[in-house]
Amino acid sequence: MVKFNRFILDNGLRVIVHEDNTTPMAVVNILYDVGSRDENPEQTGFAHLFEHLMFGGSVNIPNYDGPLQQVGGENNAFTSNDITNYYITLPSANIETAFWLESDRMLSLAFSEESLEVQRKVVIEEFKQRYLNQPYGDVWLRLRPMVYKKHPYLWDTIGKNIEHIENAKIEDVKAFFKKHYNPQNAIMVVGGDVTLEQVKELAQKWFGPIPAGEKYYRNLPQEPEQREERRETITAKVPLNDVYIALQMAGRREQQFYAVELMSDILSRGNSSRMYRNLVKDKQLFSEVHAYVFGSLDKGMFVLEGKPTAGVTVEQAEAALWAEVELLKTEEVPADELTKVQNKTESTMIFSEMSLLDKAMNLAYYELLGDADLLNYETEKFLAVTPAQIKEEANKLFRKDNSSTLIYLAE
Amino acid sequence: MTNKMIDRKTAPAYGAIENINLLKPAQTKLNNGCDVFCFNSGDQELVRIEWIFNNLRFDPAKSLLNSATNTMLTDGTATLTAAEIADKIDFYGAFLSVDYGFEQSLVTLYSLTKHLDKTLPVVKDILTNSIFPQKELETFIRNQQQKLQVSLQKNDVVARRTFNKALYGDTIYGLTAELDTYNTLHRDDLLTHFKQMYQPSNCTIIIAGKVEQPALDLLAATFGEGWDNPATPADITQPEANRAGEHFYYVEKPEALQSAIRMGTPFINREHPDFPAVQVLNTVLGGYFGSRLMNNIREDKGYTYGIGSGITSYKQGGALFIATEVGADVCKAATVEIEKEINLLKTELIPGEELSLVRNYMLGSLLGSLENVFSHADKFKNLYFSGIGYEYYDRYTNVVKNVTAEELLKLANQYLDFDEFYKVIVGKY
Repeated sequence: MVKFNRFILDNGLRVIVHEDNTTPMAVVNILYDVGSRDENPEQTGFAHLFEHLMFGGSVNIPNYDGPLQQVGGENNAFTSNDITNYYITLPSANIETAFWLESDRMLSLAFSEESLEVQRKVVIEEFKQRYLNQPYGDVWLRLRPMVYKKHPYLWDTIGKNIEHIENAKIEDVKAFFKKHYNPQNAIMVVGGDVTLEQVKELAQKWFGPIPAGEKYYRNLPQEPEQREERRETITAKVPLNDVYIALQMAGRREQQFYAVELMSDILSRGNSSRMYRNLVKDKQLFSEVHAYVFGSLDKGMFVLEGKPTAGVTVEQAEAALWAEVELLKTEEVPADELTKVQNKTESTMIFSEMSLLDKAMNLAYYELLGDADLLNYETEKFLAVTPAQIKEEANKLFRKDNSSTLIYLAE
Repeated sequence: MTNKMIDRKTAPAYGAIENINLLKPAQTKLNNGCDVFCFNSGDQELVRIEWIFNNLRFDPAKSLLNSATNTMLTDGTATLTAAEIADKIDFYGAFLSVDYGFEQSLVTLYSLTKHLDKTLPVVKDILTNSIFPQKELETFIRNQQQKLQVSLQKNDVVARRTFNKALYGDTIYGLTAELDTYNTLHRDDLLTHFKQMYQPSNCTIIIAGKVEQPALDLLAATFGEGWDNPATPADITQPEANRAGEHFYYVEKPEALQSAIRMGTPFINREHPDFPAVQVLNTVLGGYFGSRLMNNIREDKGYTYGIGSGITSYKQGGALFIATEVGADVCKAATVEIEKEINLLKTELIPGEELSLVRNYMLGSLLGSLENVFSHADKFKNLYFSGIGYEYYDRYTNVVKNVTAEELLKLANQYLDFDEFYKVIVGKY
């Protein structure tokens, strides 16, 4: 159980306070309700490039990191298809520094040309390091546009291509800031060795004067239901063949999400999972095999992946993956097996309460989903899933005409 | 509410970081010689238990024995198959992992306290009855060989392997597996290794979480009895590192978009009196986001997504190293900048403002690293296996607060000589 209080400033900034006096530290986590799905199709990778620019100085503070490190703090951020999340941890005695820094960059950035110039280069190196210079590193650049034809999830957070990043202009940066970075589009969680009164006072002092800005109303093209099998085979400089099968699945807020996520656990979580046991250990068809979900806010992706062992053809590998999911469609999961993955989910939730930063990030994310308190009811929803529901969802999900198959063949 | 304008240009007042309190464990010894350290704190009804074993003396002809024996502990016992082990652990929502390190091998259990009576016997079985089934060994070898093929296509992995080999030679720190090294693994050797290494007198148990007496009693009853030492104690000595004469290694990858750079030098370890001070030096150089290497090579030049330096401390010495992946076209330029930054530490005093920032950053980072009871146990582990006591952290905080720029300049000259660095480039140069 993660307890919290919530208040909203006049400018629309939502603030959640989680008091935890077992630590001498404090966390300030700010989630901006903007991700790569909000980008212009001709300027992809922008939300993530922008995250880098948020560290390039704000209107009154030329250097973001220095003053924070000076008071013993650390920070980082990440961008996903849905959100951009910034966080600071620092000794609680110095918490005002976090309010000062974060409020100034919510007020306005410095918009320096030099910063844009350098961060463009840094992000291009990131593109190379993580996507182009790694075996299989380009998988999401290839697979996303197969699964999504209309929805902006069709590009990865890094962007469709390097040119989009190279062409970013300072006017675009300003416009993006104005559109998305204001109190109405943000959720702030302050956690740790703090009090509600203290946070109210600091929030009012530092964030209260920031203009509300314009509300961004999201109106994205939704992805139509897939009705044909999609596939692509590429020969690449990779050491082993690799099979990816992606299926469109329910979004994060849908009730079906819970059954679908448990299905991925049944298939591949831990050494007792079906695919590991049957395909890696018993039949020895794969050296590794995975099933996982992208819990996106809009329509998500369920992914099956495996690297076949030497002598196993990709056709055999594909057939073996389908045979495993076929079983979920035809036979109800035994009660014990379902209880097992539910127990694992429950203990994972309890273990995550050991980390202050995890709690703060979770509160912000669930507030975005609709209510931070949903975090405390999440386990119940997983525990309520029945074998019949799993079978029903498996039948909806695992259809050839809902699949996109990407095969890597080793050169 | 007042309408007074706030001053956004001036940083708020802040305080020095004081009172870093480390939890210390309660210690007991089981009848069979196994040491138990207990950290009792926290509100969640869960524990983490680690069984830590020193690795056996390294044999270059059978270089994979320590790691393979550890990794295969969950692959079957005289009474449980690999599948049954996984089932039992997973059913109770527990997590069981094995981790091989250069010096110690671990078995770690995360479990809800209420299920310890079900999960502890599984670990006991693993530590006393593992049989390394032949079929599982074959699967292990095949899968590891496939994973290695993928790893060997990553420039940073190749750079790390090449660097370690140069610094440590044919020792446990330096010798990495090639594909056919896996063919040296035989079941009989694993069994012999297992019996020698996984004995109570070579085991340290660390339990952390909300640990109440019944849990401790259960732990003592499970691991204090029915687990005996063999006739000979474990040989946990390690041969000394034999460094290579060659200091420069270039592994060319004609199609690389980026080059991995790894360079560094043999270095003092945690036991050495200068260790806390050189950690300050390392932090200035490349130990945090605002470090000189990051500022210069990422934030100023944009050559890389990330660059950092670090110090590894082993019983048999250690290393200070710098690692990065940079655009292939700027690889030479990046090494020139690295050299500049090393030499700057030797020729110019670190400015007061920068040093003050690094001091506070390091203290805040230490405080922040004590997030929960598990982190306190981790700190203890670092000390205990380096053979040093808690006074280390008193000395550490004292040095971080007080070391002078003059002392750091002297240490830089004493310990850093770029010309003597081992340098590895994988990609294009």
